[in-house]
Amino acid sequence: MYLAKITVTLRKSILDPQGKAVEHAIGTMGLGTISGVRMGKYIELNVDAADEHSAHSIVEEVCKKLLANPIMEDYHFELERVKERQGV
Amino acid sequence: MRRKVKFGIVVFPGSNCDHDAYHVCKHVMQQDAQFLWHKEADLKGSDVVILPGGFSYGDYLRCGAIARFAPVMQEVIRFANEGGTVLGICNGFQILVEAGLLPGVLLRNASLTFVCKFVHLRVENPNTRFTTQARHGEILRIPIAHGEGNYFTDPDTLHRLEYNKQIIFRYCNSEGEATAEANPNGSLANIAGVINEAGNVLGMMPHPERAADPLLRHTDGQKIFKSLIAHYVLDEQPLVAVESERS
Repeated sequence: MYLAKITVTLRKSILDPQGKAVEHAIGTMGLGTISGVRMGKYIELNVDAADEHSAHSIVEEVCKKLLANPIMEDYHFELERVKERQGV
Repeated sequence: MRRKVKFGIVVFPGSNCDHDAYHVCKHVMQQDAQFLWHKEADLKGSDVVILPGGFSYGDYLRCGAIARFAPVMQEVIRFANEGGTVLGICNGFQILVEAGLLPGVLLRNASLTFVCKFVHLRVENPNTRFTTQARHGEILRIPIAHGEGNYFTDPDTLHRLEYNKQIIFRYCNSEGEATAEANPNGSLANIAGVINEAGNVLGMMPHPERAADPLLRHTDGQKIFKSLIAHYVLDEQPLVAVESERS
């Protein structure tokens, strides 16, 4: 069993107005040292796969077809081997 | 008697403009209308399939992303690929881009706020089955109501859309100028509606069904329904009333 930790973010070429709004708020806190705020989604899921290679290709397919829209989003994930199903 | 056009209105959990679309097709335009439940992979002989506005599946993940995998959508995709007429309004437009039936995506409004108001639309291409009852450059007043209507696509696709005249409506001011001020959501090139290359699938963020019943005083949205009806029945009997209205 593998636990996939997936992050989906807007592509760099796409304006992220949420990120901009948060960055602006951080600026008004007086923390001018922070920039480049990007907002995204975090998704966890369990994959029942024989090995890491097949778990990787399953998660890749789910990301491409459903979790991220490649026109506007990038995704990134990490796989962690777990003994039991995580979460509910 | 002239034959009636059969409109099929898809109902997803969270659709909330389905009854408006049904009312306009059935009672205002006096055509046949039926609801199509998202779990049934059957379009029941519809001539025109409407994907209505709303918040299908609670807009979870991305607007339209979950709806795209509903059983009925597999039929809608097949129907569209065979040349069937599909009209996506608001959330329906979002579903069409997620399903890959139309190019581009609909991002969060640049303002980050939900925008609900009447806008002016300029008809960019009257030579489609959805717009024959409008003139080129005609200005329509139709309301929008969305939080994610900011149309975006890559430069190559935009160029192709322009070249093929696939941009059907642009947001404009009352003079018909597509200015930045008249753009309610940050859409690329003021795009409010696009059609596929084959010309049988139209997606638009504005709600023509909300500007169609004369009781509500705004009827510009009727032009889209009238165009579709003309597309199916004109061969049998010209729409004399509609013609005289234009002159």
